[in-house]
Amino acid sequence: MYTTLAASTSALGFPILSSLIVVPLVGALALLWFGRSRPEWTKLVALIASITTGALSLWLLQAFDTADAGFQFVSLHEWIPAWGISWHLGVDGISLFLVVLTGVLFPLVIAGVDPHHDERPYLAWLLVLEAGVVGSFVSLDLFLFFVFFEIVLVPMYFLIGGWGYDQRVYAATKFFLFTMAGSAFLLVGIVATAMLSRASVGEITFDVVRLAQEGSLSVDAGRWLFVAFAIAFAVKVPLFPVHTWLPDAHTQAPTAGSVILAGVLLKMGTYGLLRFGVYLFPEASVWARPVLYTLAVIGIIYGAIAATMQKDLKRLVAYSSVAHLGFIVLGTFALTDQALSGGVMQMVNHGVSTGALFLLVGMIYERRHTRQIAELRGLQQVAPVFAGFFMVVMLSSIGLPGLNGFVGEFLILIGSFDTARWWVIVGTVGVVLAALYLLWAYQRVFHGEPDEANRGFAELRLREGLLLSAFVAIIVFTGVYPKPMLSRIEPSVKALVEHVEERTDYRQPQHGVAGE
Amino acid sequence: MDVTADFMPPTIEWFALSPYITLLAGALVLLLVGSLTPHWPRGWYAIVAATTAGGAAVLAGLQFAALETEAARTLVKGTIAHDRFGLVAIIAVCFTVVMSAMTTSDAASGDSLETYALMLTSALGAAVMVSANDLLVAFLGIEILSLSLYVLAASDRRRAASQEAGLKYFILGGFASAFLLYGIALVYGTTGQTNFGGIATVLADEITVPRNDTMLLAGVALLVVGFGFKTSLVPFHSWTPDVYQGAPTHVTGFMASLGKVAAVVAFVRLFVVSFPARADDWRPVVFVLAILTLVVGSVLAIVQTDVKRMLAYSSISHAGFMLVGLEAAGHISSSSASDGVSSTLTYVVLYSVLALGSFAAVSVVSRGNVATSLDAFRGVAKRQPVFALGFTVLLLAQAGVPLTSGFVAKFGVIRAAVSTESYVLAVIAMVSAVIAAYLYLRIMVSMWLAEPDSSTTATALSLPARVVLVVSVAITLFVGVLPLVVLDLTDSLTTLVR
Repeated sequence: MYTTLAASTSALGFPILSSLIVVPLVGALALLWFGRSRPEWTKLVALIASITTGALSLWLLQAFDTADAGFQFVSLHEWIPAWGISWHLGVDGISLFLVVLTGVLFPLVIAGVDPHHDERPYLAWLLVLEAGVVGSFVSLDLFLFFVFFEIVLVPMYFLIGGWGYDQRVYAATKFFLFTMAGSAFLLVGIVATAMLSRASVGEITFDVVRLAQEGSLSVDAGRWLFVAFAIAFAVKVPLFPVHTWLPDAHTQAPTAGSVILAGVLLKMGTYGLLRFGVYLFPEASVWARPVLYTLAVIGIIYGAIAATMQKDLKRLVAYSSVAHLGFIVLGTFALTDQALSGGVMQMVNHGVSTGALFLLVGMIYERRHTRQIAELRGLQQVAPVFAGFFMVVMLSSIGLPGLNGFVGEFLILIGSFDTARWWVIVGTVGVVLAALYLLWAYQRVFHGEPDEANRGFAELRLREGLLLSAFVAIIVFTGVYPKPMLSRIEPSVKALVEHVEERTDYRQPQHGVAGE
Repeated sequence: MDVTADFMPPTIEWFALSPYITLLAGALVLLLVGSLTPHWPRGWYAIVAATTAGGAAVLAGLQFAALETEAARTLVKGTIAHDRFGLVAIIAVCFTVVMSAMTTSDAASGDSLETYALMLTSALGAAVMVSANDLLVAFLGIEILSLSLYVLAASDRRRAASQEAGLKYFILGGFASAFLLYGIALVYGTTGQTNFGGIATVLADEITVPRNDTMLLAGVALLVVGFGFKTSLVPFHSWTPDVYQGAPTHVTGFMASLGKVAAVVAFVRLFVVSFPARADDWRPVVFVLAILTLVVGSVLAIVQTDVKRMLAYSSISHAGFMLVGLEAAGHISSSSASDGVSSTLTYVVLYSVLALGSFAAVSVVSRGNVATSLDAFRGVAKRQPVFALGFTVLLLAQAGVPLTSGFVAKFGVIRAAVSTESYVLAVIAMVSAVIAAYLYLRIMVSMWLAEPDSSTTATALSLPARVVLVVSVAITLFVGVLPLVVLDLTDSLTTLVR
């Protein structure tokens, strides 16, 4: 199925995916070029670039063909033919919403959060980051993907290191080195995949679609390569035990950095596991499932317990990310239509709700200059609207039915139940724990009588309210009416599961679910 | 008896030898005219040196183009190889002279006649080394280069550290040359040949020289030691940090780029051309040396506090990467062995550009503040953002971040290693690159994220320094984004003439 559809190109006649990468880059260059002479234009230029990208990504969403499970809007050009490397871009239902999420999130944080100093380089780095993130979601060439995957480190490093909080240099360096250590294995894995597939493909190529369709690797080779890929993505996700960079990076990053980090950067890990891990090495993915389930469930439980114990509100949200991403990995490797759809959906949901949580925590910090839960009390009395927004976002993160988090989590749990029963049973405890740590935190921060320091807590400003309303709108819409999203995700997910079934003796359990 | 009767003078292709002659003539003319005239105004010696090297590069380039139609061959009775592999290295060597002459003209202590003359003789030595096809000619090249570099290292007469560096380099280098010479003697003793191709022919036949011939193995081992010293491989690296730190910064950049190109290219040529029949013996040695060099180089790099020492250890770690390529070239039965040869050459040439740019940047910062400790870099970005951005690009390239030449170089050797199934080596190389990345991050942190020290002052960039930085950054980015150009070029370099 993938074979024929992979070649389908868009009839748009306009390289929309390349534009999604180029527009933010042009914006960044424009900032470098004349930003110094015209400081009043910097914000405007950054906004124009990011809003254009966002608009293009929304247009992509609208033009996306729901019936087509393969890659759409494909753009294929030679880049380094001597090495079999091409500029090959495309989106399918799995990457579509991640691209849209990226496109939407960046203008929101650029418009909604101001840096404390040096606005111009800050905005330039954000735009470079956007180009890199979009690039890694739409790359269909392993080499190209690696380039974007690595290049993202540089802007993020400078954003954390330059505009973060007290421990920023430590956190930025740790982030850079952890991810790069993972990439060391990824690069060797990528080259080895291309080399070892040479015999079956007929030539050296880094083209993901060709490698997945035509390549065949020996069982051992496939497993080793999968391990190399999985290490890199596990660091990025992050999975236990390589998650330790995440709480530091999240806590020390400036608010916009945390939002982007949680919103889209972590998804590069789960997306990578799905697109490259499962798609290229189906046999090895089936083989490695028990280990990945176990790591995912450890992440869920450990993240939840660690979050409960945190004294710092931002760290709490960071650890909750570890738990949430555990669910996504569980769903990804459950390899059923439902669980995978839930996983892809949850990638987006987590980006929206955790991103919004980081924004809220950032706003608290701006007002009180502390993130210590113990020092905050009774905010609900002085800032009821703020508390209301916090409540909705928090409930979405907990997974309350009617909000977006529920749909994804429910699909993951129900879809994984057949293939990963005992892990799911343990993992479900994590859902309860999520309610525990978030509600407990809410209670400590917002309930009670405000003391002297908290009495002056300012209510939500208009700009902040508009920013959060955008997030809440997505949260509620997806929670109430997930169909438009699921109908775009499902065909690609089904094709992926079929791809695995064709190449292994794994069979998805059939239950005759209502409607099928 | 009349011995001259059977003497057949070799035919000399003067044009093919013109790059060497240009370099030598330039050095001699500069010395002669310069010493007979009063001190020239600042920069004029540099212009002469750069023009000479540029001329030699153009001549080498012309021959490179001519080799499209002509066959690669040996010159002067088989002692000099005339192939694209060597010519590219010669062009790279001349390029480092041009760039270094510019940096030097700007340096506080270096702008004197001898410095430029010695740069030209170093280049001559390097050019002879990279195209030597005979052990004795190679040794001649090594000595010309080494002697020039010893003096250059000690050329700052007002700083004791510079004197110390020169002396240290001289004594240890003398040792290494002795090892090398002994190795040459033993190889000659076993094979009766000093010609690279001749050695290969003799060794191809296992009856003349048995597989486990002790004398030959000892000779090869001593050659590894000698070249290991010149390329600064662990455990023969201990001179590198001291000499790099002590020598004037413009000389350090010159040594790191030109010295590395010459030593690595000669190393590769000797082992790939002469000892393919014994590849199974030397390849494991290279394997172990590569791992040691990569790991020790990068681990020691991150604990340094002086930027020049940091870059010295990082150059050691880069040498480890070049060995990864040589190891791949040692899988002679594999069809990918030639990738090993070309990727090593690509790596060393691209590295030399990075080293030139990086040391030029260090030179700019240290000029106003003398010290080259990491603290001198505090807050540089606040004062000179464009300069800091350029240096950052060079540092990121050394760390191997994509879209820079450093990534292309690393990708090339990793690709060669993987296609010869040296997965372990490839993984260790990449992991050590991560360790080394911490070092570049430390310099970047100091420049961008640390508050400026009140004692440090901004130094204005002179025109030559600007040119050097702009050129090296431009090459770094251009090759990073469009590696095509370089790859097409290097893929044609895999045949070494015998």
